[in-house]
Amino acid sequence: MKIDSGSTAWMLTSAALVLLMTPGLAFFYGGMSRAKSVLNMMMMSFVSIAVVGMIWVVYGYSLAFTSAGGLSSFIGGLGDWGLVGLEKVATADDGSGIPQLVFVAFQATFAIITVALISGAVADRAKFGAWVVFTVVWVTLVYLPIAHWVWWSDGEEGGKSGWIFNLGALDFAGGTVVHINAGVAALALVLVLGRRKGWPRDPMRPHNLPFVLLGAGLLWFGWFGFNAGSALSAGETAAVAFINTLAATCAAAFGWIIVEKLRDGSSTTLGLASGIVAGLVAITPAAAFVTPLGSIVLGLVAGVVCAFAVGLKYKLGYDDSLDVVGVHMVGGIVGALLIGILATTAVNDAGADGLLAGGGLSLLGKQAVAVVATLVYSFVVTFLIAKVIDLVMGFRISEEDEVSGIDSAAHAETAYDFGSVHAGVGASLPSSAPVGGGAQKKVEAEA
Amino acid sequence: MKLITAVIKPFKLDEVKAALEAFGVKGMTVSEASGYGRQKGHTEVYRGAEYKVDLVPKLRIEVLVDDEDAADILDVIVKAARTDKIGDGKVWAVPVETVIRVRTGETGTDAL
Repeated sequence: MKIDSGSTAWMLTSAALVLLMTPGLAFFYGGMSRAKSVLNMMMMSFVSIAVVGMIWVVYGYSLAFTSAGGLSSFIGGLGDWGLVGLEKVATADDGSGIPQLVFVAFQATFAIITVALISGAVADRAKFGAWVVFTVVWVTLVYLPIAHWVWWSDGEEGGKSGWIFNLGALDFAGGTVVHINAGVAALALVLVLGRRKGWPRDPMRPHNLPFVLLGAGLLWFGWFGFNAGSALSAGETAAVAFINTLAATCAAAFGWIIVEKLRDGSSTTLGLASGIVAGLVAITPAAAFVTPLGSIVLGLVAGVVCAFAVGLKYKLGYDDSLDVVGVHMVGGIVGALLIGILATTAVNDAGADGLLAGGGLSLLGKQAVAVVATLVYSFVVTFLIAKVIDLVMGFRISEEDEVSGIDSAAHAETAYDFGSVHAGVGASLPSSAPVGGGAQKKVEAEA
Repeated sequence: MKLITAVIKPFKLDEVKAALEAFGVKGMTVSEASGYGRQKGHTEVYRGAEYKVDLVPKLRIEVLVDDEDAADILDVIVKAARTDKIGDGKVWAVPVETVIRVRTGETGTDAL
């Protein structure tokens, strides 16, 4: 096995960077929730690391990134289940490769954050157990096939590949696989679960905007691994993706706060943080296919469009709690379609020429097919999964638990100790003694 | 004796406290409060969604005083707490029947 140690070092780093995005997302979402449900919100992100990380090793990687013979256009096989025997395999034998397990780890972090992204739509009201079941089933039935369609290829000239890959639609780092996919799945989930109690009468303001900014910052940091790591090597492509991840995101953040200033009178921190995420989402599919100046245009469009899109939930009446649809689905679509206009092979030979580079409308058409296919497949399958879970075990917590707060109902914890009086008294009562034995015996004796 | 209650803007606490100390008031009780008067709170905007905050944060100061000092102390508080902008708060006095100092059992003005 010959490996490129520089690329391997960059890819190991990138995998770690992308993993950090999920805790970053937990802060981004957690800050936007109310104080009584911040732990549940953060748990939904963190548990996807725990659950999807295992699935990825056991069968996830195999189903997404291997051949399944005749079915290979649509799904991978189980040949590499458990990653058995991959310890000393490289992605290429010519010295340009990285250990296969580094690629496996890098891709694992993508599947993890995709599920976590969806959770923002169901803040405050999803049963934790139902969410975990959803995570397992959704990754298996939705994420793995779509990742296979878009990214898998056996690497041989005229060989097999996923059907969207084969079509020639471009998705550099996951605009369709991660963001459109998560965004439309969020929409389906919202339709099954329904609105939070009190929405939209109570706008349910974020309880901790500094958390939101912290989360947005961690997401941006990790996203350099997400996009520049998707080059799979440390070289020019990674460099383009890196600078575009900077430029587009700056432009989107700026676009969002300008919209706010003109429309609402104030530029807000939540708007800036949201613009950052919208820009990151939109540049993801395009990161190594457009020029840095093109990425500024792309970012500005994404920031402005997403700033308007998040208001749609009030018009249409669906309670997408933290705007997963408005930011990820819409941002992902903006990025995926603008590839068809802004892409140029001057940046990357592996890309294609869009409308402005003289490539005509063909690339835009392919992008549109990939977008629509992802929207339809993810929406329909997610809706069915959520419906079945709702029928079998119930997807929503009780109204009483929702009002009193899902943190204490689902996790027997609360994030903050607000009342010092309560804490002082409670701490001295036997009923709140940390060891159950003593208090329990006393109750039994009294009974 | 009178109980003077003042609901003021939180950032005015230091000035009111200093003014009362300068006047010779020996103690006070301060608690957090929230409420609104004619100004009806303010509006915040989150991702374009307006959020009306009716109840705005205030501080409530309570002071027990001699009858003869009451009018002057009301005046001191009003002067110290005033910003001339809307939402400055209110101050009022009510009669008090009995006051007892817990430590000594003293009652009435001795307990102030």
